[in-house]
Amino acid sequence: MKKLTGILLASTLATPLFAEAVDDTLVLNEEIKMVTRTAAPAHMAEEVDEIISGWHFRGKETRAMQADDFDNPGMIFVEKGEDSWNKVEGSEGKSCASCHGDSASMADVRPVYPKYNEAAGEVRTLEMQVNDCRENQMGAEKLGYTSGSMANMTALLASVSRGKPVNVAIDGPSSATWEAGKELYYARTGQLELSCASCHEANYGNMIRADHLSQGQINGFPTYRLKNTKLNSVHARFKGCVRDTRAQTYKPGSAEFVALELYVASRGNGLSVEGPSVRN
Amino acid sequence: MKRNLLTIMVLAASTLGVNAADIEPSKVVYADGAVEASLSGAAGDASSGQKIVGSKKLGNCVACHQIDALADIPFQGEIGPPLDGAADRWSVAELRGIVSNAKMMFDESLMPSFYKTEGFIRPGKAYTGKAADDTFAPLLSAQQIEDVVAYLATLKE
Ligand code: HEC
Ligand code: HEC
Repeated sequence: MKKLTGILLASTLATPLFAEAVDDTLVLNEEIKMVTRTAAPAHMAEEVDEIISGWHFRGKETRAMQADDFDNPGMIFVEKGEDSWNKVEGSEGKSCASCHGDSASMADVRPVYPKYNEAAGEVRTLEMQVNDCRENQMGAEKLGYTSGSMANMTALLASVSRGKPVNVAIDGPSSATWEAGKELYYARTGQLELSCASCHEANYGNMIRADHLSQGQINGFPTYRLKNTKLNSVHARFKGCVRDTRAQTYKPGSAEFVALELYVASRGNGLSVEGPSVRN
Repeated sequence: MKRNLLTIMVLAASTLGVNAADIEPSKVVYADGAVEASLSGAAGDASSGQKIVGSKKLGNCVACHQIDALADIPFQGEIGPPLDGAADRWSVAELRGIVSNAKMMFDESLMPSFYKTEGFIRPGKAYTGKAADDTFAPLLSAQQIEDVVAYLATLKE
């Protein structure tokens, strides 16, 4: 059960709150049965009963597109990511494959990111780790945090993990970053004074003007959006949502968004990795 | 020349929503969430209020509220209660308080405060994602609030 504050109660009386997420099952390529809704992880059991992928809040055609790799426009970018995986770049004469082998061997990576890096003493997103390898292992240029080439790479890494459950660590050395992210999630920013929770916890299932609000989960990232016909990274989406509260946004790759990503990822612990997903 | 400059300045001031007769956002007096006095000192215009309520660029109230009387406006939201019959439930002073700063009436309300200029976390310059600058103004001007209140006062069932 969601927390029934006065605010929620007031509107429960008048409108059908929490319109159902569509009842449907996502089977990828008629093969992999995806977990798109499941019990909320213990850390948020007080706020939400069930966690639900954004897939359930999209229309029938959009959902169908994601179920088949031939129809999923995001898969073109996965192929580009694969090319880049195998391409030798930088002063060391190496590609990603030189150290890691086949991209499929990375299947256990995406589900646990953002992840604490012992040597660096910081929580790292997948983008940060990709750039660390490029700079320090390959002697190659960093990729732009929200650039197309970075999204191609994260799409490849997500695609080989599809069906595996998101499982980011929130305790031990990650806990301070996680707490910071949680604070940001509930901060009511901007002139509209809305937090992530205002829209994605208190109102998922409801319409905000023409938009059907989901839980704002990130298990499907990067997402291919029909609206801008490209892959969208997690931090670009965060930036858009913060901007929509009439706030000064944080920068993609900033410590704030890294912390927020860890926290939001942890709200999806248990959902299958879906990236690249299809959204509108 | 001088006169032109003056007109421009007055125009600029009015687009920012500051008119001499207006009660400044920080000086509005709330009593149990209600505001007795007109914020602009003038009466509201209900037909202008209706436009503000429905317009995406102005109040955009329908982003969160449904209003049967505005059925021709597509995509009305479900975040707040429908506003049909609002005038049966609330007095004009209460409606003025709710639109100006709903958090005075409803603790922690999700409804944005339309006549407030202080106390924000990371206020931005409209929807640019950049920091607010000296053009920062309340979401609606004093007169726009009065117009919206005049419109809400027509919503009887
Ligand atoms: C004013 C309402 C609003 C606020 C506040 C808001 N969002 Fe969103 N968000 C949306 C809408 C509308 C969408 C598109 C529909 C959907 O997927 O929910 C969206 C989509 C998303 C998505 C994409 C989900 C998917 O499955 O593709 C993520 C992730 C997200 N938001 C995260 C956040 C985070 C994190 C915050 C706070 C920093 C936030 N949002 C604040 C309205 C909001
Ligand atoms: C982001 C969402 C949002 C927007 C935008 C919004 N409201 Fe609200 N409004 C709410 C919520 C939620 C409530 C329920 C009160 C509470 O917070 O408990 C509410 C309550 C009200 C009420 C009292 C409802 C009743 O009948 O009991 C009125 C009147 C009202 N709003 C008018 C407006 C007007 C006029 C505008 C635009 C100028 C507007 N609202 C914009 C969310 C919103």
